[in-house]
Amino acid sequence: MLIKRPNPVPPSDITARGVYWNRRDFMRTGAVLGAAAGLAAAGIGIPRAARAGTKLSDLRHSALSTTGEELTPLKDVTTYNNYYEFGTGKDDPSENAHKLRVRPWSVAIEGEVAKPRVYDVDELLKLAPLEERVYRMRCVEGWSMVIPWVGYSFSELVKRVQPTSKAKYVQFISLADPAQMPGVKLPVLDWPYSEGLRMDEAMHPLTILCLGLYGEVLPNQDGAPVRVVIPWKYGFKSGKSIVKIRFVETEPKTTWALANPREYGFYSNVNPQVDHPRWSQARERRIGEFSKRATLMFNGYGDQVASLYAGMDLRKYY
Amino acid sequence: MPSTQLKPNQVQWLKAALFVLCLVPLGRLVWLGTHHGLGANPIEYITHSTGWWTLTFLLITLSVTPLRRLTGWNWLLRLRRMLGLFAFFYVCLHFVTYIWLDQFFDWHSMVKDIAKRPFITVGFTAFLLLIPLAATSTNRMVKRLGARRWQRLHRMVYIIATLGVLHFWWLVKKDIREPLLFGALLGLLLLVRLIYRMRKADAPARPAVGSQAA
Repeated sequence: MLIKRPNPVPPSDITARGVYWNRRDFMRTGAVLGAAAGLAAAGIGIPRAARAGTKLSDLRHSALSTTGEELTPLKDVTTYNNYYEFGTGKDDPSENAHKLRVRPWSVAIEGEVAKPRVYDVDELLKLAPLEERVYRMRCVEGWSMVIPWVGYSFSELVKRVQPTSKAKYVQFISLADPAQMPGVKLPVLDWPYSEGLRMDEAMHPLTILCLGLYGEVLPNQDGAPVRVVIPWKYGFKSGKSIVKIRFVETEPKTTWALANPREYGFYSNVNPQVDHPRWSQARERRIGEFSKRATLMFNGYGDQVASLYAGMDLRKYY
Repeated sequence: MPSTQLKPNQVQWLKAALFVLCLVPLGRLVWLGTHHGLGANPIEYITHSTGWWTLTFLLITLSVTPLRRLTGWNWLLRLRRMLGLFAFFYVCLHFVTYIWLDQFFDWHSMVKDIAKRPFITVGFTAFLLLIPLAATSTNRMVKRLGARRWQRLHRMVYIIATLGVLHFWWLVKKDIREPLLFGALLGLLLLVRLIYRMRKADAPARPAVGSQAA
């Protein structure tokens, strides 16, 4: 696979370009890994955008991107994953996710919308300008990463499907195909994976429909080809490999809350003051760092999202 | 075909070989550590690996007696102390990893952890209970305690292994297959002992032949 120089970048994107040149080594590793995965997974006639390691071009810099954080190396982002559909070990997804076929892929929009329809993922790639969004990601287990996602605010999709007044929540359903995903053969969780947001959470500018990371299409083990990312909530809320988005009236059932309602709630906002029943949430290990660090309320996005929960007892609505 | 008895120098060789073998899990961790093979979260990897080997060595130690009874290979008993001490060795590594690499000697938060997190409570308890067993593992200690008291004390390994399995079970998020497997194996090893005791109770009394810690 050729390693091409990125397209010329406008001066307004200088910072992003600097990031890319510094990350060139990681990208190269990613491209090689991606090429290997692509070769393994690709059949004949799969569109360029689908092949692992494919660059996404004309990425915009976003003011909503988090600054001042060191990015987690691509190698860690792509080899340390919780994606139980491919196995419950951290290295299982990177080993097994090559089985995932990311084309053809469609996302069905259903429920309380004026314009229900099915989007092909290639349409979603062009729905709105793609932005780079660097976000912190905090896993409920107590580790965290900083990942340069690629996507756009989920609200861009929402406004195009015109939810009715009955749409109070959004539900995200992930693929659950035992033929492609060995973990789905085991009842570790109730498949398919389901997650959900309150409407105002879904419409928040920070919530993104995510189509890539590190300037390339999503690696399979990170939730290819399309996922949602909500940076102020625990990572399991950010559903991967989405096939259905439903606009609903009542709070949808979410997979981890079904698995263990005492431990995982619908909101699951990152909150150092509310412990998991079995372990503390006050500190976290940033992948790549030796010492643990204090966990930030709303994963450090409190300025932007705290108002969504004004007056809510977050100990009760965990 | 191995006989029920071995010559002294054969046992020495066996013990030396076993010693080296028991260090392989540690050697593997060191090798992985120096070759970037511990993954994105090395401290988690080391903690998990040393804990896993602690449980494994406990189970191996507990399988010596049933195996000896099954095969008649009495020399197996000569290996049990080493196996038990290696369980203690790996639990010490596991504990040091926790207090040093995980908690950085933050005693306050560790005390809170031990008090508030059930999986840590049982883990820490199991570790504490293993200490007197390690301390009384020498021949001198066996003599000092006397066979019966020593045996009673070392039966605590049943509780220790159970607490270890619970510790593993309670820290896993959802996939309990591995703790379940350890639990099933432990249950089997304890069941085998129970059956043996019941059979012995029924059988007519026979003069014991050099039996010490059975």
